[in-house]
Amino acid sequence: MTEPLLHLRDVHTHIGPYHILHGVDLAIPQGELTVLLGRNGAGKTTTLRTIMGLWQASSGQIRFDGRDITAASTPDIARSGIAYVPEAMGIFTDLTVRENIVLAARSGPVDKARLDWMLGLFPALKRFWNLPAGNLSGGQKQMLAIARAISEPRRLLLIDEPTKGLAPVMVRSMIEAFKALKAAGETILLVEQNFHAASALGDNVAVMDDGRIVHSGRMSELVADKTLQQRLLGLSLDAHQ
Amino acid sequence: MSDMAAPSTAPDELPRAKTDWLPLLLIPALGLLTLPFVGSPSTWVTLTVAGLAMGMMIFLMASGLTLVFGLMDIINFGHGVFISLGAYATLIVLGPLSGWAQADSLGLNLALLALCILAAMAVTGVVGAVFERVIVRPVYGSHLKQILVTMGGLIVAEQAIHAIWGASPIPIPLPQSLRGAFVLGDIVMERYRVVAVAIGLVVFIGMQLLLNRTRIGLLIRAGVENPEMVEALGYRIRRLFVSVFVAGSALAGLGGVMWAFYRQTLTAGMGMEVMVLVFIVIIIGGLGSVGGCFVGSILVALVANYVGFIEPKLALISNILVMALVLIWRPQGLFPVARR
Amino acid sequence: MSSSPALALPFDETRRRGGIMSRVLSSDLPRSKALTVILLGILLLLAATPFLFSGSQPVSTAAKICVFIVLVASYDLLLGYSGIVSFAHTMFFGIGGYGIAIALERLGATWGSVLIGLAAALALSAFLAVAIGLLSLRVRAIFFSMITLAVASAAAVLASQLSNVTGGEDGLSFQLPQALRPAFRLLSEPVFGTAVNGRLLAYYLVFFVSLLVFLGLLRIVNSPFGRVLQAIRENEFRAEALGYRVVAYRTAASVISALAATIAGALMALWLRYNGPDTTLSFSIMIDILLMVVIGGMGTMYGAVIGAALFVLAQSYLQVLMGAGSAALAGIPLLPNLIHPDRWLLWLGALFIISVYAFPGGIVGRLRQARQ
Repeated sequence: MTEPLLHLRDVHTHIGPYHILHGVDLAIPQGELTVLLGRNGAGKTTTLRTIMGLWQASSGQIRFDGRDITAASTPDIARSGIAYVPEAMGIFTDLTVRENIVLAARSGPVDKARLDWMLGLFPALKRFWNLPAGNLSGGQKQMLAIARAISEPRRLLLIDEPTKGLAPVMVRSMIEAFKALKAAGETILLVEQNFHAASALGDNVAVMDDGRIVHSGRMSELVADKTLQQRLLGLSLDAHQ
Repeated sequence: MSDMAAPSTAPDELPRAKTDWLPLLLIPALGLLTLPFVGSPSTWVTLTVAGLAMGMMIFLMASGLTLVFGLMDIINFGHGVFISLGAYATLIVLGPLSGWAQADSLGLNLALLALCILAAMAVTGVVGAVFERVIVRPVYGSHLKQILVTMGGLIVAEQAIHAIWGASPIPIPLPQSLRGAFVLGDIVMERYRVVAVAIGLVVFIGMQLLLNRTRIGLLIRAGVENPEMVEALGYRIRRLFVSVFVAGSALAGLGGVMWAFYRQTLTAGMGMEVMVLVFIVIIIGGLGSVGGCFVGSILVALVANYVGFIEPKLALISNILVMALVLIWRPQGLFPVARR
Repeated sequence: MSSSPALALPFDETRRRGGIMSRVLSSDLPRSKALTVILLGILLLLAATPFLFSGSQPVSTAAKICVFIVLVASYDLLLGYSGIVSFAHTMFFGIGGYGIAIALERLGATWGSVLIGLAAALALSAFLAVAIGLLSLRVRAIFFSMITLAVASAAAVLASQLSNVTGGEDGLSFQLPQALRPAFRLLSEPVFGTAVNGRLLAYYLVFFVSLLVFLGLLRIVNSPFGRVLQAIRENEFRAEALGYRVVAYRTAASVISALAATIAGALMALWLRYNGPDTTLSFSIMIDILLMVVIGGMGTMYGAVIGAALFVLAQSYLQVLMGAGSAALAGIPLLPNLIHPDRWLLWLGALFIISVYAFPGGIVGRLRQARQ
């Protein structure tokens, strides 16, 4: 068994006086899509932000690609090859779609092949290329946010609830886009509340509750085991079909 | 494949670029509205040029402050000291080169002005870097402490100016060929004001190009909107911020030179005096917005000039009235900066 | 601990005891032996100054200290307790001064004029404070600082330009009501060698009104209203979420603070029999207030007493000392320039910056810490 690309060991995070993460253990294997599930307030977003260095872990260790990044600064973490798409998407609304992508590709102009690939995944962006990103719809902003994350080769994508608030038709196209990303061999950690989307995409799954990982394993096992679903998520897959 | 995926896109109509023209229309509207009250068109042109010159100088002094605020949410009440410092720095050049000021040669006079500006920007840039490190950096995140500490920095720096250059006002004459006025028929335009408008425009256009056409500019605009995301993209926003702080201080120094030659007197408190206008302007424009700062500067200066001519007594409070009206109309200023 | 006097006991215990001292001070005791001694010392000295020192300068200094205690304490209500920075405090101070000056000059030297002038000044201050608060505080607290600066400077310009009303740069001199004039004798015989005349009455008027206003402010910051202000200062969003209307509370604080500053301005004018831009309106007084409240200790009220006393004393006497030092160092480059009496703001400014960084509680905070 090779070392996972990203490995969190007993990570605790405090935000102000509040203790949010109570010892998170999480391993993200290379080249697979791992879904992080859990109810609101379980600590999923905090986990992503802690990996990204936007909140500092108060104890524990985060290793990425064999390197300890627990205390690294956010820019350094990003430079080591992690892209982050926050739940609010973090689009620069004052900048055009093109400018958003230009900024995201830190190492220089986006090469033609990659650009074609990106715009193939999200054709809507091509139409609004030179318009301020603030004019995009919610779903289009989400596409731009993900396009930004893949505007240059990355080792790991951290994506927070990309289907939240999207119309069903947009959710479907988002799922297609993620399938294409998987096919391209990207390593992804995806926070997702929508179990339908999660089960369609995940290779692995980790379930959080109360600032801890309470279950982790293969997604296929969770999909097959209705009792486990009931226990972990308080829902059954049937309700969603 | 892209064609196949296309139907999955939501069938939105093509969004249009929404440019907010209303605040921009205020300026010509103001001009047209006051024309009948001023009466003579030539007087109106004179007032307008004077107002524009004033507005450009305020813009120079205010632009750095608004960017620094937008980028790092830091308010520098000591900004005025860079204006004073820039003004005093002209003495470094005017001392040894006083001959150039007397010479009746436009070239030599303009070269002298350019040297003064360079010296001022160098001095204020360096002091700005120190100020950021010593005064501002320890109080990130707390507006209250920022206001207090930068105010303290202002007190100390003003006193330091007194200790170095003396406490009494120092007269600085305009270079020979910048005195007097151009006369075109009935229209009288003071030469120096025309120069001030030209320099202000050059800086404004330069800033627009920088902000819209360069990567640094994109980063600054992005950072004003969402600094955290800029960091998450792998940019060190601190470094960017320090550069903007230094550039903003240097611009204040440039504004200080222009302001000093306009008043033709140096006092340590001159920066703080003009800061009142600067604050009004950045509030009107929308904190963090360079374009808003530009429109706000011209608006305030034009109103002051027109009102000063039509009803001098009102001129004293015209700025406050303009600010109050703008805030009642748009509580966040003319061009509110979206934040996160 | 058990042998400590009541004043030095921890907050809760004294509150339970509810002694008279505790009630007068609204249960907000100094909580430090050294601080208690210093405050009592200042109180007693101020109360007895006319009888302890001869000449007019000590009494004038004491009166100025009284006025500034009120002025700085009312500023502390805003800065220390509400967490907002105003630069218009001297405007309200000036309004109080001009209210008295204009009324006494125009309407004659009677107590009626004093009341009319004070009432008009209070009304104007309240109106301006509400207007500024509503215009600026609903967006973000930082607007408040900038807008108060702008409005205050406009007010200063206005006062110097409207010279037919305000006397312009020269200010206004005026007569006081009979009972406050130096020629008025309450008792024919001196007491402890001090003549009991109108001047003495004027001093005690200043002293007692200042004391009352200070105790009133102390009561306000320790009332439920004051606690809400502090909650807003600590976390604006949470206070808003709990249902407190932040803008309304902050505007109310700004009005109360403005009214107290107006009273201080009125006292200043009454004591000086004069009001002008330099005594109440100028921006340098605003800087002085900031220095006093920060060095004394923000959010403590007692800091205002210590800050004002220390600062006014230093202003009156330290500069003389610096002048001597500067003269002694004559001949050395730059050094005499740095301790020249005109440069004392340089050092105060540095002290101010260090205070904000290192001792946010100022002198009072240090004294309270040292006790633990």
